[in-house]
Amino acid sequence: MMRCAVIVFPGSNCDSDLYKAANSVEGMEAEYLWYTSESLEGYDAVLLPGGFSYGDALRAGALASQAPVLKALRRAADSGVYILGICNGFQILTECGLLPGALHRNSGLRFICDTVNLEVVNTDICFTSGYSRGAKQIRLPIAHGEGNYTCDTDTLRKLEDNAQIVFRYSGNNPNGSLAGIAGISNSKGNVLGMMPHPERAMAEWMGSSDGRILFESLMMRT
Amino acid sequence: MHTTEPTNDQIQSEKIYRQMGLNDEEYSSVVELLGRKPNLTETGIFGVMWSEHCSYKNSKPLLSLFPVDGPDVLQGPGEGAGVVDIGDGYAVVFKVESHNHPSAIEPYQGAATGVGGILRDIFSMGARPIAVLNSLRFGPLSGNAAAKRTRYLFGHVVAGIAGYGNCIGVPTVGGEVCFDQCYTGNPLVNAMGVGVLRHDQLQHGRAEGAGKSVIYVGASTGRDGIHGATFASEELNEDSDEKRPAVQVGDPFMGKLLIEACLEVYQSGALYSVQDMGAAGLTCSSTEMSYKGGMGMELNLDLVPQRAENMSAYEIMLSESQERMLFVANPGREEEIFSICKKWDVPAVTVGQVIEEPVLRLNHHGVAAAELSLVAVCGSTPVYQRESIIPETVLNRQKESGLDWDVPEDLTDVFKLLIQTPELASKSWVYQQYDFMVRTNTSVRPGSDAAVVRVEGTNKSLAMSIDGNSRYVFLDPKTGGRCAVAEAARNVVCSGGRPLAITDGLNFGNPEKPEIFWQLEQAVSGMSEACSYLNLPVVGGNVSLYNETEGEAVYPTPVVGAVGLIEDNAYTTSQFFQKSGDVLFLLGETKEELGGGAYQQMQTGKISGMPPELDLEKERQLQQAVLENIRRGNVVSAHDLSHGGLSLALLTSCTEQMGISVVLKSDLRPDVVLFSESQSRILLSVSEEKESEIVSSMLQYKVPCVQIGKVVKERFEISFNGTKIIYSELNLLRDLWQNAIAMEMEFSV
Repeated sequence: MMRCAVIVFPGSNCDSDLYKAANSVEGMEAEYLWYTSESLEGYDAVLLPGGFSYGDALRAGALASQAPVLKALRRAADSGVYILGICNGFQILTECGLLPGALHRNSGLRFICDTVNLEVVNTDICFTSGYSRGAKQIRLPIAHGEGNYTCDTDTLRKLEDNAQIVFRYSGNNPNGSLAGIAGISNSKGNVLGMMPHPERAMAEWMGSSDGRILFESLMMRT
Repeated sequence: MHTTEPTNDQIQSEKIYRQMGLNDEEYSSVVELLGRKPNLTETGIFGVMWSEHCSYKNSKPLLSLFPVDGPDVLQGPGEGAGVVDIGDGYAVVFKVESHNHPSAIEPYQGAATGVGGILRDIFSMGARPIAVLNSLRFGPLSGNAAAKRTRYLFGHVVAGIAGYGNCIGVPTVGGEVCFDQCYTGNPLVNAMGVGVLRHDQLQHGRAEGAGKSVIYVGASTGRDGIHGATFASEELNEDSDEKRPAVQVGDPFMGKLLIEACLEVYQSGALYSVQDMGAAGLTCSSTEMSYKGGMGMELNLDLVPQRAENMSAYEIMLSESQERMLFVANPGREEEIFSICKKWDVPAVTVGQVIEEPVLRLNHHGVAAAELSLVAVCGSTPVYQRESIIPETVLNRQKESGLDWDVPEDLTDVFKLLIQTPELASKSWVYQQYDFMVRTNTSVRPGSDAAVVRVEGTNKSLAMSIDGNSRYVFLDPKTGGRCAVAEAARNVVCSGGRPLAITDGLNFGNPEKPEIFWQLEQAVSGMSEACSYLNLPVVGGNVSLYNETEGEAVYPTPVVGAVGLIEDNAYTTSQFFQKSGDVLFLLGETKEELGGGAYQQMQTGKISGMPPELDLEKERQLQQAVLENIRRGNVVSAHDLSHGGLSLALLTSCTEQMGISVVLKSDLRPDVVLFSESQSRILLSVSEEKESEIVSSMLQYKVPCVQIGKVVKERFEISFNGTKIIYSELNLLRDLWQNAIAMEMEFSV
């Protein structure tokens, strides 16, 4: 059984979606963990949900990156625990430095909720191995106001050289992201941050089931 | 520092009570009820509690016409929101609320706090909010001097709804937006909240049992929104901008924490009763809770958390600061409430207690700030039976022809223009700013007739829709009222839902004008008829009067929010075509009915004649027939015909790939067939093998049913009596339709 912690910050609002999604995958068991926890012992994966932690005060993810659980999160990342940050979770991961770059306001200056086409650029990490079997073009929902990824040229080169760009918007770039980046990993591949919401694409009735493959890949840990 | 308050005598002699919304007669009855002159705080309390917004003093006699009971109704009007049973031990809670005047002067916060307010109504009943919808009205986006401001209002209202709803994590799943000259100075912003609860979680707002602690929960009290309810109950004029401080400021982050804290407190059993602090803030919650419980309440205002310095008792009681609730605790369980609130970082403090004597007693800085009989405040509200007159202009307008132009030569061109009017254009520019998926239960997204949200823990869903065509109501309020109810229910039926009940938002002008009161009276009577006939109880709603600018009223705009139960998720249906080769059926009868329609408005720049008529028996048959066929699995897609008639219904059912090839035959004019807005019509797509079953079923239900064509790939073509009248690449039409509002917003000058 793979044990996952869904971290709940004040203002997280996709925590229950992530909890439901993870628990719907056979072999995966998720539980909520409050942001004040100081230990992540015993968890194989840590899931940072979307939402508006601390109401996006200062900058999206800025205050959550100072929350007590973040110390434990850094240790967990070092020791190879799988960490997935979705939407606000991705913003928290860049704010705390576990992933490089930053997420700016969408180029259109408006919040966007839609389902978009994505290319799975790297299918070699534990989160995406399942996509290598089928088409690498997938559809996932997005819902964010600040998903415009940016970083300096050196960082971009490193991301490209190390195959850390995991998802790219395919066709239309909805938010002006640099190089169409929708999701990146750390160099070891155990930390993934992404703006699209795989937990919102778990079954056909939701409009897409392409997100399920991500959770199933993680569960397989290949 | 604030200046000294006027004395009780000054309030009377200088008629200061008028600034608080009381007229001379009302003030005299206050003096009579109390047996003395009220002080400033007391006068303010009467002012808000006797405002239309809180007391319904002008609309009460009419609202009593609405049917409010039904076998499934657990809570009708009177509490925060209506509650209807949906089986399996669950119930749905919903209500519509207006935030028109705040949005007219401060659109972002006005709209945001409208969402916040309606959500508090939902979770104050014990329910978790599962969806928000909204119904918006603005002036034209271009073509007049005020258009720039209108675009500002529209853009910021949408951003405000998005800013609050997205952050608080409740999906905004549907709604409607209309544009008309009459809303230029007075836009309408109505928000509808929907929640779900288990029966045993249902909360009430009665303060009972002397000695129970009264706990203030949520954000601190500031000087924002003072006298907001009174402001909402008067006409807008050139001084309205000065009322900006009467607009509340929302904090969706606190709202989110408050929802979670409240739901956890309800679970604990430590709570006796609860009411949110919405309109008229602490005044309304404390007086209503005590009055409903037949008790009184004593509050120490020094204990109320305050974010501004030196607030007076008047300001504390009249503030409409957002994200606040009033709790009455079960004896000895206060600490549990405090510890849950602390976990969520939500301030909670005991501010008083329930008392035997039926009075509201306020202490501030060690002295009595007010002592009011609750029978006087809540039980002696004036009720006005206003005068009603049919305006001559209405009768004249009804006699005008609804169709006094020739058939245009190129109907494809006309169609292209029509689908780009903001009225009929795709609203994706709006709803893509709303997170309509959060909570991952949305199975039919915005853009279809009704949104569908799954009910967790069951195999059921709720279909929900909000609608109202004010042009019909303007031409003939009674028919328009009936149409509004019928259309909302029809939308729910098209999604596979059995309509359960409705909530209404009545947006009208100044009821003291007999011609406006006539509109209100007629519209309510039409709505009541439709509700009774279609078995739709009205379980709650909102009345917003005085929607006027410089003496000009908006069109009478009743909006109807309907909620339906989809008993099995498998019945969930949308308006979108699924498969090429599927057969198209038009149900219902098409007549020459263009009055108040989008086509008439575009061709003539105004509306005239009679609106489409509505036969309630035919409507009922149609709804039953469609619901029955959806449940039997005979229907692939279903779409109600409304604005723009058949042609619009066809286009808006298309998807990127799926278009239509339609053959129409009729003795009517081709433009009438394309654009008539005759009521009680639905477009179905069905698979070929179900064709004969549909035909025979409709015969049984006596619903007119014509096969009009097929779903085809990538084309959009309509022929009429053997001639092609609309022919285009599907993508071209869809692009025009989809981008029209974005073009207006981004490229108008």
